[in-house]
Amino acid sequence: MNKSEYTITVYTENQIGLLNRIAIIFSRRKINVDSLNTSPTEVESVHRFTIVINETEDVVRKLCRQIEKQVDVLKAFYNTEDEIVWQEMGLYKVPTDEVAEKVKVERLLRQYGARAVVIRKDYTVFETTGHREETDGLIKALEPYGLIEFVRSARIAVIKDSSGFHEKLKSYELSTPGDELVENEFLNQQDEVFTM
Amino acid sequence: METINEVIEIKAEQTTSQFPLQGTEGVEVTGSVAVLEALIAEGVTAIFGYPGGAIMPIYDALYDYETKLNHILVRHEQGGIHAAQGFARASGKTGVVFATSGPGATNLVTGLADAMIDSTPIVCITGQVFAHLLGTDAFQETDVINITTPITKWNYQVTDANEIPSVLAKAFYIAGSGRPGPVLIDITKNAQLQLFDYKGYTKCEHVRSYRPKPIIRKEFVEEAAALINAAKKPFVIFGQGVILGKAEKEFADFIEKANLPAAWTIMGMSAIPTDHPLGVGMLGMHGNYGPNVLTNECDVLIAVGMRFDDRVTGRLDKYAKQAKVIHLDIDPSEIDKNVKTTVPVWGDCKETLPMLTELLHRNDHSPWLQKFADYAKEEETTCITPELNPTSEALTMGEVIKTLNELTEGNAIIVTDVGQHQMVACRYAKYNNSKSNVTSGGLGTMGFALPAAIGAKYGAPETTVVAVIGDGGVQMTIQELGTIMQTGVDVKIMILNNQFLGMVRQWQELFMEKRYSFTNIQSPDFVKVAAAYNIDGQRISERTELKTALKHMLDHEGSYLLEVMVGKENNVFPMVPQGCSVSEIRLK
Repeated sequence: MNKSEYTITVYTENQIGLLNRIAIIFSRRKINVDSLNTSPTEVESVHRFTIVINETEDVVRKLCRQIEKQVDVLKAFYNTEDEIVWQEMGLYKVPTDEVAEKVKVERLLRQYGARAVVIRKDYTVFETTGHREETDGLIKALEPYGLIEFVRSARIAVIKDSSGFHEKLKSYELSTPGDELVENEFLNQQDEVFTM
Repeated sequence: METINEVIEIKAEQTTSQFPLQGTEGVEVTGSVAVLEALIAEGVTAIFGYPGGAIMPIYDALYDYETKLNHILVRHEQGGIHAAQGFARASGKTGVVFATSGPGATNLVTGLADAMIDSTPIVCITGQVFAHLLGTDAFQETDVINITTPITKWNYQVTDANEIPSVLAKAFYIAGSGRPGPVLIDITKNAQLQLFDYKGYTKCEHVRSYRPKPIIRKEFVEEAAALINAAKKPFVIFGQGVILGKAEKEFADFIEKANLPAAWTIMGMSAIPTDHPLGVGMLGMHGNYGPNVLTNECDVLIAVGMRFDDRVTGRLDKYAKQAKVIHLDIDPSEIDKNVKTTVPVWGDCKETLPMLTELLHRNDHSPWLQKFADYAKEEETTCITPELNPTSEALTMGEVIKTLNELTEGNAIIVTDVGQHQMVACRYAKYNNSKSNVTSGGLGTMGFALPAAIGAKYGAPETTVVAVIGDGGVQMTIQELGTIMQTGVDVKIMILNNQFLGMVRQWQELFMEKRYSFTNIQSPDFVKVAAAYNIDGQRISERTELKTALKHMLDHEGSYLLEVMVGKENNVFPMVPQGCSVSEIRLK
């Protein structure tokens, strides 16, 4: 069987330490995680993980079953690239004079659909959203003109065959509301004296 | 400020009983009291623990609960958690462990890993430093939650006493439901001391993101039944799932309806009596000849509550490839994990087995069953008779177990450690009742037996408990003799001393040209050590002394240590060497 790129989508409770529980399922098998995104869903108590790895379907199927086994995980899905619609964001910091002087740079940015986020006297920050090849292409193109800093975001993806997801989430939260998240409120109280 | 005792005294006038607290409104208690109330409400009858700085508030509260909760002081936290495992295995209830922060909690790691891989229900409560000290490398602070994340079914850190009742309810629910497993709750010291409004304890019945039992799909049950009915050579293999699901009766009905031969894994052993007419023996690396070879000749393989561990399957590419595989398991992630199934039957076997039995036709597979008997006869001559009725001068482990069986008549609980003696005991022990075989299967933890036997006796106080241990394993947790001394618990300890780390020595003999690298272990005079702990004992090495000594041990009032010197370089056969298929099982 051949390895190929799979995007794993996981719906979970919002609990501290769950990120570690999911991460170790991959590191236990020495699988490299290409990209990991975790953010709240449209429902406050439910989080969504988007994980990208490169493995065979057999391994990915077993991984998803092990992820679902965790107590705080609601559901895990796995999809190949053509079963999802995905985007990755990139932020590029370039010297403003380059952009101001060189028309070529301007044309490049317009070609890649980059939007200016911040314009300052000495630097400008651009943002692109797209696929890996497009982001990588712009980096290569900008390098000769003095790229100061670059950062790439994790992948987020929606599944093409996801009818009913939103309604299910909303009805789920309505039928059984999630537990409150309890954090450590004592971290700033080091100066207080506790006895025993 | 009123002390907790003054508060309780005032409330005592208003409620009928002081402890356990009824769910009255507005009682202010500390987190520690809430922990203990939760344990009482969950029906906990034994807590194995060891105090320490970070768990002192709980121990202080425990001082007033002497008549309501039974706490056993062990000598090492690892002993505590193995004892809780033994308790859970022998009783079917959830084991409970207390340990302090730092080294106390890290000493639980081996036991948690063992409980995780063998699916034993345990709830561990560890103390932790004050919440404001977390992450500052405080005294006896360790990141227990992250250390134990891979080896617990669920864990949680409590920093606020208000959470304690609901978190403990969730812990017990998760530990004991579905596929059981260990749960660890880390309670910071401030939460233990904190006073809060106690609104009573409610058991947890549901956690929204957790489905302990998968929904049974009737079509799969029907498909499985059809396959079994049409099978010419059906073979049932079963594991601990039958015992954990409390489905021994349903399982017996199932195999008896269609006269299906059934073989057990070491974890499933004793779910049906060892002398059941349809029981054909043990699977695995040191299992019986017939079950191993005939796995590759059956046409329908029915796996119930077992996970196709590599010790059972040998080479996966040559395991039951000719058969249609039906896998009954409560854990969906186990199905298709190692062996490709034809029909997965998800669900609790206590529910799926009766559904399956109903659709089975009465059948007779006598010629097929006879094949198992034929292989058993061959095994008898080559392996079993020399082991059980040896002509050598030195005692064999097998004959010791055989004599033990004659005296216990199959009604004792046998707790084994890990190694050659474990394989011999599992091959030859006689069991009439379920939950009688307590051993460390998945992790193979040496040092398991002595503390687990203590726990097993608390779990089944009316049953004789015999710990069968090797000279290597006993030295790993020998400090628990102190627990036996202090509690007076009645555990029979039998050390089979071959003066070697036997199992490793066997592999060194068979595969490494007898290069005995550090397997010749020296032991102390175990009888003298036991005497130092006020435990009677003796050492024997002659065949003539065996039966009398064993009878003396079993009849003795209170714990007894019997050291039996056995043959130094005996090997356990049959054996499926690593990397071989189950068909390549060696008889010598």
